[in-house]
Amino acid sequence: MKTSIARKVLMALSGFFLLFFLLQHFVINFSSVFGDGDGFNSASHFMGTNSIIQFGLQPVLIFGVIFHLAMGIYLELQNNKARSVKYAMNKPGANSSWMSRNMIYTGLMVMLFLGLHFYDFWIPEIKTKFIVGDMTGLMADGETLRYFHELQLKFQDPIRVALYCVSFIFLSLHLLHGFQSAFQSVGFNHNRYTPIIKKLGNLYAVLVPLGFIFIAVYHYLNPPH
Amino acid sequence: MSETTMNLTLKIWRQKDAKSKGKIVSYPISGISGHMSFLEMMDVLNEQLINEGQEPVAFDHDCREGICGSCSLHINGEAHGPDRGVTTCQLHMRMFKDGDTIFIEPFRAKAFPVIKDLIVDRTSFDRIQHAGGFISVNTSGNTQDANSIPIPKADADKAFDAATCIGCGACVASCKNASAMLYVSAKVAQFSLLPQGKVEAKDRVLNMVEQMDKEGFGNCTNTGACEVECPKGISLENIARMNNEYLKASITREA
Repeated sequence: MKTSIARKVLMALSGFFLLFFLLQHFVINFSSVFGDGDGFNSASHFMGTNSIIQFGLQPVLIFGVIFHLAMGIYLELQNNKARSVKYAMNKPGANSSWMSRNMIYTGLMVMLFLGLHFYDFWIPEIKTKFIVGDMTGLMADGETLRYFHELQLKFQDPIRVALYCVSFIFLSLHLLHGFQSAFQSVGFNHNRYTPIIKKLGNLYAVLVPLGFIFIAVYHYLNPPH
Repeated sequence: MSETTMNLTLKIWRQKDAKSKGKIVSYPISGISGHMSFLEMMDVLNEQLINEGQEPVAFDHDCREGICGSCSLHINGEAHGPDRGVTTCQLHMRMFKDGDTIFIEPFRAKAFPVIKDLIVDRTSFDRIQHAGGFISVNTSGNTQDANSIPIPKADADKAFDAATCIGCGACVASCKNASAMLYVSAKVAQFSLLPQGKVEAKDRVLNMVEQMDKEGFGNCTNTGACEVECPKGISLENIARMNNEYLKASITREA
């Protein structure tokens, strides 16, 4: 934690963990566009009630998100201090991508989105399970799981759908740099594999957020019966 | 064929000394040939200033053939100007057009304080080098001939590429975080890739990174600006190698 390289490596490791989390979140969400949401219901119920996930992995995830955010802000402040007098004329676009230079802003936008996302899904979920004490995951009829229905209802609000879509664009911009950058940070740069990692990173950064946008728009266009 | 010349407006950072506050001052200059190097154009300006009884613009230069690393200058928003793979002394005025306005600023970084006008203090690089940028060689008469040690061609090439770093500081000047990672990684890699450098490899990377942080350089965020602006084309691969070596060294070092 004391040196620049140690902090950079920790930033990358938390990033890798979040990349993995995002992919599994995407796979589960994507199941909601198939069938009557049965797959989504059972996956959500499993994720929400399995104690290893709830009490083992969830705290790690929350720590990972907070750590990635706090470290990102700390590094940004430190980096700003490293050049106290700015250039009168600067052309950063001549030597680096917009994404690589604006990670703090795209990252903060993703964090704002997470606030909304927690308000929409995570807080109500914690309330139902741990304050009300209803661990069944069932609707009032006592037969069907409630998760798919709740998802459909949330995405009936066009403003929410729009906010989600815009946030996924910021996420995409963040990942376009972040994915390949994490490999470089942990010391992996090889002339045979790095070009493949960069392509894979671009695919991930475009397809996953695009997939999330598709899911949000799909549910907006397909309201509950 | 008669040669056409350029009339330019130069906007140059003027600062009396390290303690004074500086500012951008405009200077019109005319009759500049495209065949001149950027520093020759600066010489013309300085002669003009001296003839007018004004203080000439202070700037660093030495070999003027791209190998000493003395010249610097942030020209029109880029370290060593708009050309690629060249230092300021190798930059030709033909890269500019008649009527252009050219901003000329010192390399900006907290670890590179301005001494006067366009001259910055880059001794922070020297202190990093002192912290570990060397190998210990027996010079008592039984020194082993380096050519007798077999080295894989790929490693030798990479070490040589890293060793072409002239320590000009363009990487720091270009980095949005004023990070010195490309410089330090080149100095680490040029030794660590070779058998002679293996002996002190762990201490070298740990000590050089520690000194780099002490000097107040920023953190690397992998924007890659340094690699693009580096006059010697030092590769980002060196930074990955240094990260890798640093990790290994910090885990396996003695207590």
